[in-house]
Amino acid sequence: MNVPKHWRAIPERYRMEAGKCRKCGEISFPSRLICPACNHNEFDLVNLSGKGKLLTHTIIRTAPEGFGDFAPYAVGIVELEEGVRIMGQITDCDPEKLKTGDKLTSKFRRMNEEGKTGMIMYSYKFVPDIGI
Amino acid sequence: MRDVAIIGIGIIKFGELWEKSLRDMAVEAALNCLTDAGTDRADSVTIGCMSSGVFNGQEHLASLIPDYLGKNNIPATRVESACASGGLAVRNAYMEVASGLSDYSLAIGVEKMTDVSTGMATYALATACDRDYEAFHGITFPGLYAMLARAHMERYDTTREQLAQVAVKNHSNGALNPFAQYPFPVTQEAVLSSTMIADPLRLLDCSPITDGAAAVLLTTVEEAKKFKSSPMVIIRGVGSATDTLALSQRKDMLELGAVKKAVHRALKMAGKKIQDIDFAEVHDCFTISEILVMETIGIVKPGQGGPATIDGLTALDGKFPLNPSGGLKSKGHPVGASGVAQVYEAVSQLRGESGKRQLNNPKLALTQNMGGSGGSCVCHVLEVKD
Ligand SMILES: [Zn+2]
Repeated sequence: MNVPKHWRAIPERYRMEAGKCRKCGEISFPSRLICPACNHNEFDLVNLSGKGKLLTHTIIRTAPEGFGDFAPYAVGIVELEEGVRIMGQITDCDPEKLKTGDKLTSKFRRMNEEGKTGMIMYSYKFVPDIGI
Repeated sequence: MRDVAIIGIGIIKFGELWEKSLRDMAVEAALNCLTDAGTDRADSVTIGCMSSGVFNGQEHLASLIPDYLGKNNIPATRVESACASGGLAVRNAYMEVASGLSDYSLAIGVEKMTDVSTGMATYALATACDRDYEAFHGITFPGLYAMLARAHMERYDTTREQLAQVAVKNHSNGALNPFAQYPFPVTQEAVLSSTMIADPLRLLDCSPITDGAAAVLLTTVEEAKKFKSSPMVIIRGVGSATDTLALSQRKDMLELGAVKKAVHRALKMAGKKIQDIDFAEVHDCFTISEILVMETIGIVKPGQGGPATIDGLTALDGKFPLNPSGGLKSKGHPVGASGVAQVYEAVSQLRGESGKRQLNNPKLALTQNMGGSGGSCVCHVLEVKD
């Protein structure tokens, strides 16, 4: 991944910036140019709370290129308080003990180093509210 | 639109084909198809291939394949819709013939996956999910379907044994298929004790990494009457649909919206209901996929896929056989070839040429080929003419 590609993603990965439709109020993450609910095209940028609950998850044991050092790690789909659903890693916990419905909060974390460029990537990950 | 028939089918043995290149595999399948048809006429060719750029460092298959096929002046199109690329190639060839642009059109599906490491292959496959919002977070395809499996198990009490039975059933069928990559039976115990890949899915819940190719030759029903060596198989319905790319963006992740719409469109065009279908080749990239698909296309009610599989509904001798070929699970899953290989099996069964795995006199078949975690789907309804 080159620098501009990473740079473009900073508002989403660092601040969880989403687009709220000015017509119907639907929140899209990532933000879009066309509202998937009503096809309107004007949005306000909002920062998501990062608080939500776990809908489903898995524990990755055979990892793709670039993630081998991290396995096993948990990845899940989290439904935020705003109704937005986001896929992300779940960290700072024993992944074996995660359960559907667990309350989670997003944290700003290091993802990995990008291949040959050596660029260190950061993003949101989720952490259970009750330590497990 | 003109009515379209399939007059030729070709396939090569699936597996880790170290001695064969991408171009050799595609040409071999195409030649087998043209030999089966009894003509070498093809006015156009469509190549379904997901990711030769990442797997082989080779794009521009729309020049390479007709070149090595000895037909380097015909129009060629390469189509890509992840694991549904093959189904889409057949659909494109259908449109060529139905529209009148071509009288004879060849569809080839091909993927050469074993020239790269497993880590690199996993990366290549993950390009079919949302790169920036799914793959960036370290998810894999087994991981995406594992999340679906967990959700299905929690909502419907689907069990690990029910999932495993899909693999047991498909390997039992594949053991009778000389073109299968893994033509041997597996037991429940073997599936349930295989290496965990992405909880709760294990190695034997997953379709393998495969080299393979398949081809079909289409022409008009009128032209097809000239070829009397085997029963005529007619494409009665084609259906294609899409859904959100990212799994997290679906309102209900257990409802495969693209599959539902694509099957509905294909059946509607054919003027048939799902109950009219004698058997289907469905996209069992993971054990949970076959259960989700059989529920989505209405063979059973949501939640009943697991119990129905245990009861033998979808077995070779069941009331609604699924994947008589062994499916992607046992036959292998060369991603861009799988959709064409499904049509190969459907035609072979309808003609009564499937040897030890031959079903009892089927008349109407459905193929269902999907991309990614269900972001795209292509279906065909095929009927053999009496
Ligand atoms: Zn809106």
